Amino acid sequence: MAVDSSRVEGPAAAGPLRAVSRFTWRRPGLVTLGQISTPVAAFLLVYVAALVALLIQSLWTSDSFTGKVIHTWTFDNFREIAEDPYPTIIRRTVFIAAAVTVTCMLLAFPYAYFLVRIASRRLRIALLVATVLPLWVSYLVRVYSWRLILNPEGALNWWLNQLGLPDQNIAYTNWAMWLVFTYIWFPFMVLPVYAALERLPYSYIEASADLGAKGWTTLRRVILPLAVPGLAAGSIFTFSLTLGDYIAPSLVGGPGSSLIGTVVFENLGLANNLPFAAAFATIPLAIMAVYLALMKRLGAFESL
Amino acid sequence: MKRVRLVHVLIAAGVVAVAVPAAGVTKSQALPTSVGKGEGKLTLVAWEGYTEKQWVAPFEKATGCDVTTKYAGSSNDMFNLMTSGGGGQYDMVSASGDASLRLIYAGAVAEVNMKLIPASKDFFKAFQSPPNNTVDGKHYGVSLQFGPNVLMVNKKAFKKAPTTWGALYDPKNKGRITVPDNPIQIADAALYLSKTKPSLGIKDPYELTKAQLDAAVQLLEQQRPLVKKYWALASDQIDLFKNGGSTIGASWPYQVNTLRAAKVPVVGVIPKEGATGWLDTWMLSSKAKHPNCAYKWMQYISTPKPQAQQAIYFGETPVNKKACKVMDSISKGACAQYSGNKTESYYRSIKFWKTPITDCGNGQKNCMDLRAWTDAWTKIKG
Repeated sequence: MAVDSSRVEGPAAAGPLRAVSRFTWRRPGLVTLGQISTPVAAFLLVYVAALVALLIQSLWTSDSFTGKVIHTWTFDNFREIAEDPYPTIIRRTVFIAAAVTVTCMLLAFPYAYFLVRIASRRLRIALLVATVLPLWVSYLVRVYSWRLILNPEGALNWWLNQLGLPDQNIAYTNWAMWLVFTYIWFPFMVLPVYAALERLPYSYIEASADLGAKGWTTLRRVILPLAVPGLAAGSIFTFSLTLGDYIAPSLVGGPGSSLIGTVVFENLGLANNLPFAAAFATIPLAIMAVYLALMKRLGAFESL
Repeated sequence: MKRVRLVHVLIAAGVVAVAVPAAGVTKSQALPTSVGKGEGKLTLVAWEGYTEKQWVAPFEKATGCDVTTKYAGSSNDMFNLMTSGGGGQYDMVSASGDASLRLIYAGAVAEVNMKLIPASKDFFKAFQSPPNNTVDGKHYGVSLQFGPNVLMVNKKAFKKAPTTWGALYDPKNKGRITVPDNPIQIADAALYLSKTKPSLGIKDPYELTKAQLDAAVQLLEQQRPLVKKYWALASDQIDLFKNGGSTIGASWPYQVNTLRAAKVPVVGVIPKEGATGWLDTWMLSSKAKHPNCAYKWMQYISTPKPQAQQAIYFGETPVNKKACKVMDSISKGACAQYSGNKTESYYRSIKFWKTPITDCGNGQKNCMDLRAWTDAWTKIKG
């Protein structure tokens, strides 16, 4: 009996489902929308909504005593950003981010080229692992270890003295920050450049040689243009990561080493001025937007 | 008629009860006159190291109040934990002087009846009603532990330790100076200026008018090129004194003790201008859910034994003068090492951290507040 009744009820229960199925059969667009709705919703909620909230916050102020956010619209935060010392800090941050990016490019390109074209298979794997190995170690440990290396009585000066060279004295300066950022973000540059160079067919280089190009011309006119997407992708990492960092400046920077991240952190952690922190956080956002537009202009995304 | 009136009275009372605490400082709940039975639970916001098992476990056993602690990372963190979400989740906070006035004026903490805390009679006079937790004669919590900010020098580099904070502004010491990375550090400059430039009229290093703050900022901007590093953590400065080339700096007794234990020949002095310092206070939330356990905690933590245990564990000075003997019984010479046996005038000479607020008692509300100090500090560091 029980079996029979379920048989009877089965199609009846599927009735509405079937209606939905018929409805969507004629409208394939709806199906696609249904399939991607979850990721789209997540994207809107997590990324877009957070950014909108940030922008709205930046137009509010907060009580200077209790830190409570006051919901009146004002551009005061942005006016304050235009005042001393914030423009200096923004310029310094962009300059260091650019310097780190260029240094990473100059180091990563020959290194990646060596990995792809010259190194044996075994050596290549060993070097690739060695490149990403530091990423498995805590960021803090890596920055701290640089402090020990750069200290006046640290490892670097010991080696310099062994070689009969004079002491370096760059601990707790912007030079130290540049060095540490370059070291820390280097893998983020190497991997995309390596990927770009690996995709480059060897026949292109042969063709270039057949057409009479010397090594240098081949590099300039064949290899480098095809490596640009990798360099651009890498530079987006190194540039944006440096823009937002506040730990390295506090650990290895000295007096006069405040970056954008430092100011944001201090307004959250000390002054309890959330709206100003939000306003300041829109600066790297704007800088990155300009940077990405520039990269696009250079045609870096076309071959991605 | 009678019933309607009663309802009106109840509504009015309800409105007053809701509105008055919201109005801020002036409200005062009826002070308890006795401590009732414990509620079995106590929730604390504290600095890490302030609720160690060795002195919390005996308290739990004796009172039946189970202690749970949330560690705070900064004074601002403490302020937010005690005010956000209604502030009812936590019963007490071990606030430092740079947060305590803010908590009081925001109405986040309640007045405490000191008569119910008998051990407070044994506190050094300077800590019975210090200005960072006592407003208009009302006590907002019980003083806990303190430490001075000292001038630390390496004896190898300085045959004679400097006797003035001026050493930190002296171009001769360029590249060897380390200073805490904290806006409250402006008070150190103000203290120095109050003695060296009396014309500025600085009476209290935490109550600065615009002109006085500008003068302090100017002094600190001149100091910046001399500074090796603005340190964020005590361990940063310890590293810098060990092998980082720093030989002089503004510091805490904790670093002096740690470096000495590591055989670095440092000495911590309080220069002739006096010193700033920090004083922590156990403050009671105005919405505490377990007030009886909170009072029991204040009674307990003020007694000599836990005072001594915490002082030695954390490297600070107890406010209870009877703790000295206990410290020596735990570890010989500990009392002298942590300055638990100094004279009253020594404790009086320390200018304890206090939240800078606009109202500095002159009736003009023209002092610069903590946010102005923080902005100034950002400028100083560049």
